Amino acid sequence: MKNNETINILFCGIGGQGVLKASELCCLAALFDGYHVKKSEVHGMAQRGGSVESHVRFGKLVYSPLIPCGMVDYLLPLHRDEHERLKHFLKHGGIDLLQWLEKAETADKKYLNTYMVGVLSRFLPIKENSWLRALEVAFSHKKYDYNKHLFLRARREVQL
Amino acid sequence: MVSTDIGKIALLSGNEAVAQGAYEAGVKVACSYPGTPSTEILEYLAQFPEVDSQWSVNEKVAFEVALSSAIGGLRSLYASKHVGVNVAMDPLMTSAYVGVNAGFVVVSCDDPGIHSSQNEQDNRLIARMAKIPLLEPSSPAEAKEFVKTAFKLSERFDTPVMVRLTTRIAHTRENVKLGKRREIPQKEFNVNVAKYVMVPRNAYNRHIALEKRLLKLKAYAEKSPLNRIELNSKKLGFIVDSVSYLYVKEMYPDASFLKLGFSFPFPEEKVKEFARQVKELYVIEELEPFLEEHIRMLGIKVRARDPSFRIGELRPEYIPNIVKGKKKTEPGWTARKPVMCPGCPHRPVFWVLKKSKAVVTGDIGCYTLGALPPLSSLHSCLCMGSGITFFEGWRKALGKNVVGVIGDSTFVHAGVPALINLSYNKTKGLIIILDNGTTAMTGNQPHPATGITIKGTPTKRLSLEDVCRACGADNVDVINPHNVKELEAVVKKRIDEDALSVIIARAPCVLLERKRAGVPEFQKEECKKCYICLSIDCPAIYKTEDGYIRIKREWCTGCNLCVEVCPTGALVKNEEQ
Repeated sequence: MKNNETINILFCGIGGQGVLKASELCCLAALFDGYHVKKSEVHGMAQRGGSVESHVRFGKLVYSPLIPCGMVDYLLPLHRDEHERLKHFLKHGGIDLLQWLEKAETADKKYLNTYMVGVLSRFLPIKENSWLRALEVAFSHKKYDYNKHLFLRARREVQL
Repeated sequence: MVSTDIGKIALLSGNEAVAQGAYEAGVKVACSYPGTPSTEILEYLAQFPEVDSQWSVNEKVAFEVALSSAIGGLRSLYASKHVGVNVAMDPLMTSAYVGVNAGFVVVSCDDPGIHSSQNEQDNRLIARMAKIPLLEPSSPAEAKEFVKTAFKLSERFDTPVMVRLTTRIAHTRENVKLGKRREIPQKEFNVNVAKYVMVPRNAYNRHIALEKRLLKLKAYAEKSPLNRIELNSKKLGFIVDSVSYLYVKEMYPDASFLKLGFSFPFPEEKVKEFARQVKELYVIEELEPFLEEHIRMLGIKVRARDPSFRIGELRPEYIPNIVKGKKKTEPGWTARKPVMCPGCPHRPVFWVLKKSKAVVTGDIGCYTLGALPPLSSLHSCLCMGSGITFFEGWRKALGKNVVGVIGDSTFVHAGVPALINLSYNKTKGLIIILDNGTTAMTGNQPHPATGITIKGTPTKRLSLEDVCRACGADNVDVINPHNVKELEAVVKKRIDEDALSVIIARAPCVLLERKRAGVPEFQKEECKKCYICLSIDCPAIYKTEDGYIRIKREWCTGCNLCVEVCPTGALVKNEEQ
């Protein structure tokens, strides 16, 4: 990662799918790795089963909380309609994680988010330990073991 | 936060950072009514035993409790969304006259882009109208520092200070360093009739004091480090405030900036100084032309947004088009429509209202979603309490077939005077209180009728039944809306009666009590493909390619509304628990 580079990830899905949990995991991991992180999202009426998107950016110094349209490095969809709606945010040569959504659905419909974050983790310059710490903070003790297992499984299954 | 967290870097939202800043500044009293995008400020403050935090009945009450605590000598904070400040306008306008004693900070969270509001008013104008200083952080980390500065300014100049966030600051998270709380000793309070009793002569004298204070504040704003010139390439200079600074910085990192963090009273000399130093000057802001008008009044040549950009929020990718002088191309609303949750107790009420063909006056809450197709059975929504007041007007204009609906928290907030008005002015008809036992839309905050405080402790529970009777309702029926037939019968009876009736439709929000019963069974051979079950707009029911319907097992709560509405018996109640 270059000195002044910002990594931009757009998470999208619908209310109830765990979009915000997925972006939280990513932000925490980046934070534990010492980056300046910004995450933007909306709450309230916008969340009731409607579209949910969360912008995550990290680097040495991040300005805008929103990723400029056409500057998304990684698009992480949890829902195909939302992917369709937002795919134009991807930059030329950006990485679309849609191809792993089906695999995530086979792994566990309820925790699509954790699996997809596992996929994403393979692409990002963040240490595995920071990801595991993020999982530990973001999930209750009861859910941690299973989510860690799912995250690591995704990490294993992704062929770069 | 625990004491061992001091010095730690946490990922705080703008709202949490405001609260953390207030905590570190030694705030003693904090009052608010929940509202997106401001809610988390008080939720975060409520965790601290040193802070007397409360969900107030409404914003006017919140403002007055916080302001009077400050006058009494305790550092205090008021927080709400932009339209919440409207409810508090009455005390706000005169608070600038009386001043504060101990620090008093007013946090307004505006919602450009109308993510979860009824308008996108710009509360920078309210700070100017109320003649109180306005601080505008651009990010969460700044928000924490600005709130601490706001408390100091408030005490130094004896004035309420507004700190204004927008959704993109309130709901952005970033690295914020946690600091130590500074305990501030209580300020002495002295009875001062000339200052605290706003009768005409005193108020006139306080207006003189206010104008003098504004001159001092303006001189201070000129020197304040919150207004910062960042000189870079002198070819292009931007005057910016709030989150706009970050959008422009993102797109034009090599330009020069005047970043206004203390934007009212307006630092005219600073603006002139910056204007002299750059060749081409732009002002870029969100919503109203607040900075633009100030700058133009100084006779400075400045380029500004095409007026089409005054609508909606800014986004970083808009900035180059703004600079080129282009009009905004409307992005259109492509987002999915929000919908009531599976098992939501509001859904059966709107189903019954739809069948009754009543014209329904609505209010602010999750239940406003009853307006959207296919339910389409809520026909007005303006502001808190208007579910009842609009009922009164429409009943006068449209006759009997009008029903008013209002949520439980909303009823306590602004519905009670409206109900008294109905009774006092001899209006008849039916009001339904959608009582799901929580302030749901903003994330399930308690309110007086829940009997729980912001800190989760038990308190006196307000009885909605008793209040309605005391306000003058002739009939008060409490019905579980999941008993659709009973609800339908009572609604029908009460609409026609020559009486003022309230139905309290009481069942807990599904997000509060995740009870699950058996998923209804689908009998394919009984299904006539009439799709009435789809007209209740439950996200757990969908049509498949073969034209039959399915229920998503992982979403269904077993509320059985679909069973109730199915005319052919194709959906059957599952008795398993």
